[in-house]
Amino acid sequence: MSPLAALVAALAIPLIGALLIAMAGRAPNLREAITLLTAVLLFLAVASLTPHVLAGGRPQLALFQILPGLLLAFRIEPLGMLFALVASGLWIVNSIYSIGYMRANREEHQTRFYVCFAGALGATMAIAFAGNLITLFLAYEALTLITYPLVTHHGDEEAKRGGRVYLGYLLTTSIVLLLVGIIFTWNVAGTTDFLPGGILGDHLGKAATGGLLALFMFGIGKAALMPVHRWLPAAMVAPTPVSALLHAVAVVKAGVFSVVKVIVYIFGVENIAGLSSVDWLPFMASLTIILASIIALRSDNLKRRLAYSTVSQLSYVVLAAALLAPLSIVGAVFHIAAHAVSKITLFFAAGAIYTAAHKTEVSQLDGIGRRMPVTMAAFTVGALSLIGIPPAAGFVSKWYIVSGAAASGQIGAIIVLVVSTLLNAAYFLPIVYAAFFRPPPAGDAAHGEAPIPILIALVATAAMTVALFFFADVPLQLARQVAGLPD
Amino acid sequence: MSAFSHFSYWVTIFLMIGGLYIVIARGNLVKKLVGLAIFQTSVYLLYIAPGKLIGGTAPIVADGFQVYSNPLPHVLILTAIVVGVATLALGLGLAVRIREAYGTIEEDEIADQDRATEREERGA
Amino acid sequence: MIGEHLAALQVVVPLMAAPIIVLVRRGAFAWALTMVVSIASLAIALALLVQVREVGVVSYALGSWAPPWGIEYRVDIVNAFVLVLIGLLATIGGPYAWRSFAAEVPEDQHYLGYAMFCLCLAGLLGIAITGDAFNLFVFLEISSLSTYVLIALGRERRALVASYQYLIMGTIGATFYVIGVGLLFLMTGTLNLHDLATRLGDVAHARPVLAALAFVTVGISLKLALFPLHFWLPNAYAYAPSVVSAFLAGTATKVAIYVLLRFYFTVFGKSEIFDSLPTQDIFLVLSVAAMFVASAAAAYQENLKHLLAYSSLGQIGYITLGIALANQAGLTGAIVHLFNHGVTKSALFLLAGCIWFRVHSLRFADLAGLARVMPLTCAGFVVGGLSLIGVPATAGFVTKWYLVLGALETGHWWIVFLPVVSSLIAVWYVWRFVEAAYFREPGPALIGIKEAPPILLLPAYVLVALTVYFGLDTSFTVGTASRAAEVLLGGLR
Repeated sequence: MSPLAALVAALAIPLIGALLIAMAGRAPNLREAITLLTAVLLFLAVASLTPHVLAGGRPQLALFQILPGLLLAFRIEPLGMLFALVASGLWIVNSIYSIGYMRANREEHQTRFYVCFAGALGATMAIAFAGNLITLFLAYEALTLITYPLVTHHGDEEAKRGGRVYLGYLLTTSIVLLLVGIIFTWNVAGTTDFLPGGILGDHLGKAATGGLLALFMFGIGKAALMPVHRWLPAAMVAPTPVSALLHAVAVVKAGVFSVVKVIVYIFGVENIAGLSSVDWLPFMASLTIILASIIALRSDNLKRRLAYSTVSQLSYVVLAAALLAPLSIVGAVFHIAAHAVSKITLFFAAGAIYTAAHKTEVSQLDGIGRRMPVTMAAFTVGALSLIGIPPAAGFVSKWYIVSGAAASGQIGAIIVLVVSTLLNAAYFLPIVYAAFFRPPPAGDAAHGEAPIPILIALVATAAMTVALFFFADVPLQLARQVAGLPD
Repeated sequence: MSAFSHFSYWVTIFLMIGGLYIVIARGNLVKKLVGLAIFQTSVYLLYIAPGKLIGGTAPIVADGFQVYSNPLPHVLILTAIVVGVATLALGLGLAVRIREAYGTIEEDEIADQDRATEREERGA
Repeated sequence: MIGEHLAALQVVVPLMAAPIIVLVRRGAFAWALTMVVSIASLAIALALLVQVREVGVVSYALGSWAPPWGIEYRVDIVNAFVLVLIGLLATIGGPYAWRSFAAEVPEDQHYLGYAMFCLCLAGLLGIAITGDAFNLFVFLEISSLSTYVLIALGRERRALVASYQYLIMGTIGATFYVIGVGLLFLMTGTLNLHDLATRLGDVAHARPVLAALAFVTVGISLKLALFPLHFWLPNAYAYAPSVVSAFLAGTATKVAIYVLLRFYFTVFGKSEIFDSLPTQDIFLVLSVAAMFVASAAAAYQENLKHLLAYSSLGQIGYITLGIALANQAGLTGAIVHLFNHGVTKSALFLLAGCIWFRVHSLRFADLAGLARVMPLTCAGFVVGGLSLIGVPATAGFVTKWYLVLGALETGHWWIVFLPVVSSLIAVWYVWRFVEAAYFREPGPALIGIKEAPPILLLPAYVLVALTVYFGLDTSFTVGTASRAAEVLLGGLR
């Protein structure tokens, strides 16, 4: 398949899949088979592009003009390549997990669920491969809207409230800040294309650059930089596979991906390095890392703890990008992948616990490791990865971020990372300890592991988390290309 | 130039304001229409008065007549009168229908009935 | 041969249809003739648009009396665009009207309804096409009078009161306009808009011209329902028959906006009058008030059509904001929104009509769980709502893009955020519908309710599709609007 054909396929497969899933709504087995097939085909299409991009190829596709001078255009570069690989790869696992979870919990409206899921992946692919800001924005808003029915899946009062917060935060930030930022960029630079080295050049003054950066960083609400993080815990009302999608596969990753993309390809790392008006960004990111960790530490609800952990981990990426050092950019890019596989493992584990034992609070998990050893082992792998202990993926990204901070002499960032590592350990390790070393409470209902599809998905992502440590070549190579470092 | 030399304008303004006042101040639907008609009449005067020259005749070329009045305003206002009559007729027609439907043509009584309908809908 | 007379035919065809319909007195014939007339209007409008894209201006001397003495029909890219919008919405409304009238209007009045529809169409097209200020007044009254009747056809008695109120306000507005025109005529001796523009240059600063500007502005603002002159609009739209609401929401206020554009940029554009009045600031303030106050009022309505009507007031605020910005991008935004909002709001009113057709109520309390029984109608409504919000890939997004761009060009940062912040209010009121239709359990009112019949749904869906299409492929809308903005700004000194 030629790179261009593969690009078209990657964009079209999820949408065609969504259509077929909708048509197969009455036959659950067929519907789920189509979901899996779509996921696998999508991954193959994306994977087939990787060697080409690694070799320096940049396939592009311009569809048509949305506004005069503004094309709906796609262009694959290393960062988008990596994001697409992660999202499409995890979608396969997530689909397997969804099938197990949705059937075991007898959820309603499953067709709508799978259709929206496929649609969300389509939007994610468009975000990953967007060739300019306007295309990115279009896909970004599409992703928000298509995930809304997923977040409010249960359709009850609580889901409605969660949906309001979700939509309220994401639409408000994107329309009021991001859109204005994009139009401002277009007005100043005369283009919105993503180009290596940035497009702003010296068009803007110091203060205006800082202001524009603020429009982008807070406008990309999906990156959950405080204080626009509230939607993420609110979206926890959704079924677990959706949480996994939000946290690992698509939504928040689309956020931090956009952050990195804007910093690298719109502002240009070298253009804004050393500019005092952008110094607030690493500070805000550090603040988010620490505060979110503390909130996570104080949350007893497992999914809520994981949600705040995500808020904190996302700001790792923002911080790493904001350090504006090549090695930390590598860390930022790699962490998109590392956090994805680690966090999806943790969410799958939380969902497995809910499915098998109907437990949602951390304090209920005493001794559960004896009944669900596989689940909790996978949970441990994910937790270790996010703390940053080898041999897990999280260690690699942290290594690069710290190296970048050290190389550019930003000691403050290193201190933040150390403190946050301690906090991560403080909110993850007690769960692991309690699960394996405390006796289960008396009178606890007897239960075993969750259904097989859930376990398969769980083990697969845990394995990926470890594998990403040992076989980090491809993502690292892509990340080095983003940062402009030699392979 | 005295105030009297702008006599026609003063009349125009008086009719305009008077008509508008009636439309706003009266609650009776028919009286409102009367006000509206007066208001429109002021416009007829506004157009026609300046079109007349003292000593001017109809613009028919004939010996002995040098000064002509501008005929265009008259033509325009003929149209405007037709429009005004149509508006008045339609307005009165609506007033009749409203009277049939509500049993009154007083604005506040109609508003009361509408509010009652609304309360009923909300209750149901 | 016909090509030369297109401009005249644009008005004459629907105008002649009305008396024929009244003479024949048959509902079915009336409907068929209305359909033919609507399609012909659209075709003529498109032909005119093609013509003016080539030659710039099409001038037609009515009865061969050369302008400025005779009445001139003058088509340029600005009004050709408006003509297309009117023709399009009339054509879409045609098939819909068949079932809509059958359900909402007594059968013996059908043919009269269609006659009024043709008259209204003729009036609106006439306003847009004429180049004569007094002729414009006559068409304004033709369209208004027929509109009053159409609104009064509504099934509730409140429609009568709404129509009466509109009659009073509309007549005051039209009379203000004609007073302004009278003053201009006194000062210049001409009624031809183009001629006025040149002659006003010589009499600038004269106080009657200022007064004329004020009268025309207030009169037209009444017709376009500029906040706070909007009180007639919500009830008129809410109690009119569905197809009438849809047609009016898309055309009546839009044509009035066109008149405003024509007067501000073409007629007064060349004089120095604007320097002596803070017109721009006044419009800016009123637009902002409309965008926020009227939109917020929309969110508190209990009736879906009221909600849409108040939302229209807010959306008109976007258009007048673009006019107040008075630069290329802002004006492009205003003109493109004039078209896009016409399409979107018509679609929404048609869908509201579909809901009424089945449920016989538009109160939010009765719409709970509607999406279960009328999924297509609700889905279309959500798409239209997204366009009101201005989500990308819908027509509403295009407007916002240009308004923000225009605001950036003025250099005032606070204006930049106005259109985007106010679109959040649209999220609020659109989501009221979403939550009612999708998140509540169906009430007793919905038992046995089916999806609306295709003949009603299809026209609505054509407009919904256009809403999305004009959000993606903007070459027609933005291309035409930006050229129109150039033409209008070219009229400025």
